[in-house]
Amino acid sequence: MDKIKSAIKNFGWPRIIIALFLLLLFIVAPFAGVNLGTSLSDTFTRFGMNCILVLAMVPMIHSGCGLNFGLPLGIISGLLGATLSLQCEFTGFPSFLMAMVFATPFAVIFGWAYGALLNKVKGGEMMIATYVGFASVAFMCMMWLLIPFTNPKMVWGYTGRGLRTTISTEGYYLHILSDFLSIKIGHLTIPVGMFLFFALFAFGIWAFLRTKTGTAMTAVGSNPTFARASGINVDKTRILSVIMSTWLGAIGILVYQQSFGFIQLYMSPFYMALPAVSAILIGGASINKASISNVIIGTFLFQGILTMTPSVMNSLIHTDMSEVIRIIVSNGMILYALTRKQEATR
Amino acid sequence: MKQLDSSFGKKLLRFLINNPVPILFIIICAVGIPLSGYSATYLVGEISVRLSRNAFLVLSLLIPIFAGMGLNFGMTLGAMAGQIGLILISNWGIVGIPAMVLAAIISTPISIIMGWMCGKILNMAKGREMVTSYIIGFFVNGVYQLIVLYGFGSLIPISNSALVLPRGYGIRNTVNLIGMRKSLDNLLNLKLFGIQIPLATFIIIALLCLFIVWFKKTKLGQDMRAVGQDMEVARAAGIKVEHTRIMSIVISTVFAGYGMIIYLQNIGTLNTYNSHSQIGMFSIAALLVGGASVTKANIGNVFLGIILFHLMFIISPMAGKNLIGEAQLGEYFRVFVSYGVITVSLVLYEIRKRREGKEEGRVLAADQEEN
Repeated sequence: MDKIKSAIKNFGWPRIIIALFLLLLFIVAPFAGVNLGTSLSDTFTRFGMNCILVLAMVPMIHSGCGLNFGLPLGIISGLLGATLSLQCEFTGFPSFLMAMVFATPFAVIFGWAYGALLNKVKGGEMMIATYVGFASVAFMCMMWLLIPFTNPKMVWGYTGRGLRTTISTEGYYLHILSDFLSIKIGHLTIPVGMFLFFALFAFGIWAFLRTKTGTAMTAVGSNPTFARASGINVDKTRILSVIMSTWLGAIGILVYQQSFGFIQLYMSPFYMALPAVSAILIGGASINKASISNVIIGTFLFQGILTMTPSVMNSLIHTDMSEVIRIIVSNGMILYALTRKQEATR
Repeated sequence: MKQLDSSFGKKLLRFLINNPVPILFIIICAVGIPLSGYSATYLVGEISVRLSRNAFLVLSLLIPIFAGMGLNFGMTLGAMAGQIGLILISNWGIVGIPAMVLAAIISTPISIIMGWMCGKILNMAKGREMVTSYIIGFFVNGVYQLIVLYGFGSLIPISNSALVLPRGYGIRNTVNLIGMRKSLDNLLNLKLFGIQIPLATFIIIALLCLFIVWFKKTKLGQDMRAVGQDMEVARAAGIKVEHTRIMSIVISTVFAGYGMIIYLQNIGTLNTYNSHSQIGMFSIAALLVGGASVTKANIGNVFLGIILFHLMFIISPMAGKNLIGEAQLGEYFRVFVSYGVITVSLVLYEIRKRREGKEEGRVLAADQEEN
């Protein structure tokens, strides 16, 4: 009950406006000639695709590292796992599993280095995280050209080397979770498999935050001096949280790919952090507080708006303003979170 | 500390440690120039063009650094204001120098309003100005798109059909600035050893440099430095801290708008939805390459930075092609280096800030022991 109360307290006016806006879109949709079932299924699919990427924000926010603008680093680990799995020619579910397995060591190594760096720059994490993300994406652009992959489905046809910008996951792990146990009612499709997969991870994080290490992590986030006084190794805990965030980012992009159907390389991970950051903020999180319910509510609201605005707007005023609305809503949300007074004191 | 200064070798070492980024870039360029195979005349000519194109933009970053607000990622706001001015003058069909002046006049009030708003928001986010100004850039980009893509041609009348999208409103992706292309550069053109030097542009850049030097000595400039050093002390001394900080951002935004107009008159075409988005990153990277940091920058850093950064930009695709046979690799390399430089500078700044904080604590403790 306390949790519900605090959630409402944390909701704030921007979230209420966004929620009402989405509700309005759903009400208007049938009159605009948009099929409600299809739009709902689209919202569900996109929710499933993005929620683990949003979940990747949680550990770092808990340990006081701020919003994880360095999410591209996790995504890169995931991409490395995905490409290696395809290179080894696994098919079906094993290919997805192996992608996860291959991605894990990269995520741990990158996350560890990234966490060690963030420990050196306490207080300025977010700006540095942004640029660590950017620099690593640009660095990997070179690597995608240089790593000697040979699978003909991945490399450029005419030269035989260098990875393509988009690689289809068809024949590998396309819709491996989306189609698993999915329920179809008329136009409405519910990707239960993807939800279950997310639930697994969400429960894992939820349970973890209640273990001894998890509590220590929250303590480090809310008061580092107190945490140190009670014998917690602050730097180590922060590194652990960064590794977890990076790994979740890696898993998140794999889930995204299996539903989307393509592995996007090169510059595509560049701006992937911003939607995830704004989603969790829309869900009611702040720079130093986030919960699983923030993730679920935020992803649903954000992705809901992304799916509903193009279709509804298009049929109402015959223009697609969704991109502009997305930019204004998501960045406005981040700005709102950055300028809130109670957090500025940290 | 005295021992450290004593020998020349240690002095040199310290110089190397204090200026890692410019030195690294000199090395990259020294290796890259022979690899690229460009002639010296070509390179000097290119650098001259790029200096005239970018110097004004990069100079606009200096004033917020004096005021302790870090790198102004919100300079894209000014760039957008400049672009709105340019779209309007090409709609009215004005050409040449008058067009540039008019565009600058139009951009000024827009820049002032946006700069004031940006400064207000940054005052609410003290201590994380940079990440906030960075997000403001994105946010205002959304508003800019809303205005230019939906407002122009519907709410704001645009008569020139070459500018408007086929659907009847909104500006096309590229706006041809043929009427004012290089009008400032060609006003006073000097040819030296076969290298074109756009003298008029350089005169304007020199005037801005003089302005910055003069500005530092004015009351407002001194206030800014006091605020940059320590906000609380400045407040105690009776300086209006918030107002001073807003002013620094407003001035920077206005100059960024002018800089963008100079930049685009040299390029000759305006990418309506892309030109501004990269300009902040490249200008900041150039400034940092010149040896500036988040807290300290001067005019020398600007010019050294532009020369080194753009030298790398010119040579890296060819160097990549000649080295590995892939020009694309050089492209990615320069993107990587731009972001890498900003990352390294930010990390160094944070580490230095922490170290200074610790040293201050130690000095304080030592003082107390003595007492």
